[in-house]
Amino acid sequence: MITPYEPWDEARGAEIIAEHAKVEGATLVILHALQEAFGYVPEPAIPMVAAALNLSRAEVYGVFTFYHDFRKEPAGRHVLKLCRAEACQAAGGEALAVRAEKRLGIACGSTTADQRVTLEPVYCLGLCATAPSAVLDGRLVGRLDHARLDALIAEAQA
Amino acid sequence: MNLRVFVPQDAGAVAVGADEVTHAVEQAAAARGLAIDLVRTGSRGLYWLEPMVEVATPAGRVAFGPVTPADAASMLEAMLADGPHPLRLGLADEIPWLKRQTRLTFARCGVIDPRSLDDYRAHGGFQGFERALDLGPAATLAEVAASGLRGRGGAGFPTSIKWKTVADTTADQKYIVCNADEGDSGTFADRMIMEGDPFVVIEGMTIAALTVGATKGYIYIRSEYPHAIAAMNAAIAAARRGGYLRPRGGNSNRGFDIEVRVGAGAYVCGEETSLLESLEGRRGLVRAKPPLPAHKGLFGKPTVINNVLSFAAIPFILANGAKAYADFGMGRSRGTMPIQLSGNIRHGGLFETAFGITLGELVDDVGGGTATGRPVRAVQVGGPLGAYFPRSLFDTPFDYEAFAARDGLIGHGGIVVFDDTVDMAKQARFAFEFCAVESCGKCTPCRIGSTRGAETIDKIIRGERVADHVALVEDLCNTMKLGSLCALGGFTPYPVMSALKHFPQDFRPEQLEAAE
Repeated sequence: MITPYEPWDEARGAEIIAEHAKVEGATLVILHALQEAFGYVPEPAIPMVAAALNLSRAEVYGVFTFYHDFRKEPAGRHVLKLCRAEACQAAGGEALAVRAEKRLGIACGSTTADQRVTLEPVYCLGLCATAPSAVLDGRLVGRLDHARLDALIAEAQA
Repeated sequence: MNLRVFVPQDAGAVAVGADEVTHAVEQAAAARGLAIDLVRTGSRGLYWLEPMVEVATPAGRVAFGPVTPADAASMLEAMLADGPHPLRLGLADEIPWLKRQTRLTFARCGVIDPRSLDDYRAHGGFQGFERALDLGPAATLAEVAASGLRGRGGAGFPTSIKWKTVADTTADQKYIVCNADEGDSGTFADRMIMEGDPFVVIEGMTIAALTVGATKGYIYIRSEYPHAIAAMNAAIAAARRGGYLRPRGGNSNRGFDIEVRVGAGAYVCGEETSLLESLEGRRGLVRAKPPLPAHKGLFGKPTVINNVLSFAAIPFILANGAKAYADFGMGRSRGTMPIQLSGNIRHGGLFETAFGITLGELVDDVGGGTATGRPVRAVQVGGPLGAYFPRSLFDTPFDYEAFAARDGLIGHGGIVVFDDTVDMAKQARFAFEFCAVESCGKCTPCRIGSTRGAETIDKIIRGERVADHVALVEDLCNTMKLGSLCALGGFTPYPVMSALKHFPQDFRPEQLEAAE
């Protein structure tokens, strides 16, 4: 099961920012906390973070856009990540990625029109000795093959 | 006495069903009215046998694997009767793949309960710390120097020199930073040790803090490792309760405390100066050196920044003496290296051994060749920035200098095996593409070179003026190697050039080859 995210709320956002603003080098900590609560980093939060940390909006926006993890908009209800790095490539991961794109009808890095499934690449989950690997809503799956992948996709689409 | 059963909670074991197996074992025990003690451990690193379940017997721990939930009931009967079972592997310590290793850093991984401070102490934990306390900073530093330990993150820089520089620098605040941004594909040793023996990392960092006079430590863990993050946080909390870590304030000014910080999916943050920028809350832009982090590191303060495996090697060195560590190895590569075997391999996992074993022994003998049963064609050593080695170089001993002499690197000790279906032009293109995606953008050779490189390989693959474009790629690689600020741009040429050099036939379209 996945935890439902809260809808964006300015007061709640301010509370989260205040909670972490005092730690050393707080920007990433705050962006992570915001995304954990709302499922993405809502745009109105950027100037709020800047004000709390005495930074410019550009600086915070720059940090936000540098890191692959931070989302500009909510992901689909389920997020399926497929490892595309070398160890998984060696174990047939690329064919699985092509299969997933076909079955979902979307390119890796996008969300289905019904907002059900987001398919994303990930560059190494550290499960290289049980490759190829995937992660569905935080649940790790190793030794992926066609049948296991199809089962994961069916689960995500349900 | 209750039956003691051990199931790994390592992410690699969980990914292949260890949680489901745990549940099935508990249910089978309950159905039989049997009380068991079930301990979740790290992994022993024999991943083709995961989930590998163990049971304590008077003769030692007996292993079973790979176990599925359906095997739980029959396995439990075999455990009770100490009888035969199709999945029974015998005494875990006697499994040849494990027995032929030299486990110094990973001695406890997969054996102890990673959440139990008592278990850690019962298996020799904190003996290195106690000895460092007795020795004092100068003698501790001398031990680290005498061990010959070199940075296990990839660069192989002597650990003691970093420590000495920080120790010799006067400052009101010094930091210990543990680089747990293990982004290289084919490497998972940091993850395993953090999940399986997190206290050893804490102990290593604490010894570093004592030696250089630091009061605050950070472990920067990549966000792709939620299990490791949870394990480290739990271990830090336990170490605080046990009095080994002391948050500053209160009546002690000598405290050392550690905090976990989580990365956000940027590969370049594994580079030490980029990591420091990220810890400070900024874009992970690489810093120009000098100043060295040892002089001006985190928040401009003197900082020891080492890889997880470097810190994890320290407690053994202090507890057993530098000589016990340095006696292993070859040339200037002393001690052991936790080598990680993965990709298309029959027996993948963690193999800790003294430096000097050959690449061929590792791939063919230890690894058992490919999982597909096809011939091994290439192996990439040292992550996405490491060179591809053909079979003809399998006599290369695992040693920093020996790999450098053959235009490669051992990096963080990852070996990824490919069979004969691999297209090396595609792999070379991927190296450029990965660099383009992950480049921090600060220096031109890396930022522009990676994109131009991918475009040029595309032209080669399409058969456009192949010889000219190969020459262009070589020239570009030379520029990137010599002109980039850090290893991302500087080492991307390794996979590209090694693919071109050892597998030139993959860069020549068939029609051209036929015409020649």
